[in-house]
Amino acid sequence: MNPLANKRIHDTLTGLGQITLLARDTFASLCRFRVTWHDVLFQIYFIGVKSQTVVLITGAFTGMVLGAQTYFQFHKIKMDTASLAVVGVSMCSELGPVLTALMVAGRVGGAMAAEIGTMRVTEQIDALRALATHPVDYLVLPRLVASHIVMPLLTVEAVVVGIGAGYLVGVFLLGIDPTYLWYNMLHFTHDVDLMIGLIKAFIFGGIIALIGCYKGMTCGLGAQGVGRATMEAVVYSSISILITNFFLTLVMGKLVGQL
Amino acid sequence: MIEVRQLHKSFGAQEVLEDISFRIENGESVAIIGRSGGGKSVLLKHLIGLLQPDSGEVLIDGENIVRMNERQLLRVRRKFGMVFQGAALFDSMTVAENVAFGLRRHVHLTEAEIARRVAKTLELVDLPGTENKNSAELSGGMRKRVGLARAIIYEPQIVLYDEPTTGLDPIVSDSIDHLILRVRDRLKVTTVVVTHDMRTARRVGQRVLMLHERKIYATGTADEFFASRDAVVRQFVDGVADAKEN
Repeated sequence: MNPLANKRIHDTLTGLGQITLLARDTFASLCRFRVTWHDVLFQIYFIGVKSQTVVLITGAFTGMVLGAQTYFQFHKIKMDTASLAVVGVSMCSELGPVLTALMVAGRVGGAMAAEIGTMRVTEQIDALRALATHPVDYLVLPRLVASHIVMPLLTVEAVVVGIGAGYLVGVFLLGIDPTYLWYNMLHFTHDVDLMIGLIKAFIFGGIIALIGCYKGMTCGLGAQGVGRATMEAVVYSSISILITNFFLTLVMGKLVGQL
Repeated sequence: MIEVRQLHKSFGAQEVLEDISFRIENGESVAIIGRSGGGKSVLLKHLIGLLQPDSGEVLIDGENIVRMNERQLLRVRRKFGMVFQGAALFDSMTVAENVAFGLRRHVHLTEAEIARRVAKTLELVDLPGTENKNSAELSGGMRKRVGLARAIIYEPQIVLYDEPTTGLDPIVSDSIDHLILRVRDRLKVTTVVVTHDMRTARRVGQRVLMLHERKIYATGTADEFFASRDAVVRQFVDGVADAKEN
């Protein structure tokens, strides 16, 4: 095989192994109650509160576009009032968690990699270790816990705003009957759709934090190393979210189908 | 007591340390000197377990730390304080938060007690009243002092200094040397200083170890060392460049 391809496969497998070890260390740290709630709260603020604008805008415009597009197609077969049902189901189980995760990956995953990477190149991580503090306890665990907590909440926010924006577009711009529009949305959107979305959001939160922290802790030297780590954190977490979403959809779809 | 036995370390194909062995007694003050890029900082990081050797042993109070995992090392590292070359202050924190970091994580004290200990330690390093300054606002010398305050606040047994005077003007360097001696004498700590500053080595090192071409080339008391007639030692002490480097 081409030596370059060999190296890429080797690097990819090594990276996957190291992320798995980081996840194991973080879980072990959680089980030992090493988490500092003050740090978790700060991360909840950074990941959650500071991401409000981007998540609200993403949710609102996705709901509006989806509502309008669905109306244009459904109008041909006189199913106008079912438009918001499509928005509800899609936002709850797919678009809400995936788009929220992609936006958070871009904003927070990159920032995590840049912050931890800068700490690494300026010996601040070595200083942590010299001060008898495990970097996983101090840097990774609060970010992972906060990300797991915040992502489902942000997803709910995106879903609610998306459905609300879709409703407003349907009623006020496209002239759909508001009562049937809302009734059909409630009728076809089930609790399980939202549950699937929340489970996905919880898992995506872990992916964003783990990849962001891993890329920061293993970044190369100098500004170039930090820049590369930041870029890779965003790209790898986005790709991982999309791939994981496919498998989660398949698995949870099967499980729901059997219920 | 610190003991290093037959330590070897390579980074890829480049061998950095080869068959290094020495011993530092409790309360002793040792300067490790050598050329830039010669592996001094690498050796220092082995003493606290920040780097793992390819082979050999590092014993701290008779306990071999080479086989330990990161969590086991945390217990041993509580015996150490380390001052980094660039100070490595946490740049998102104030001076007080930096200095109090070790206390907050490992010792259960009231906020008032922490504030009192921080003020006392900052006074020891000649930086009283700087608690609320941001670490990004500090000069090079002040950063080193805050790094030292952070390293000694929980009263470690051993303090490691990585190039404490590099990048500082001679007057600030002189004050840092005095500070190292003051900390050594007041806290009765074992002191290991890595430096290529001969004045610092002479002042703070009761004993001097010289790293040359990956090995411990020479060792002796400061007076013996600086009176040495060995050509390699003399060249380093006198700061004379190789003919090929001119």
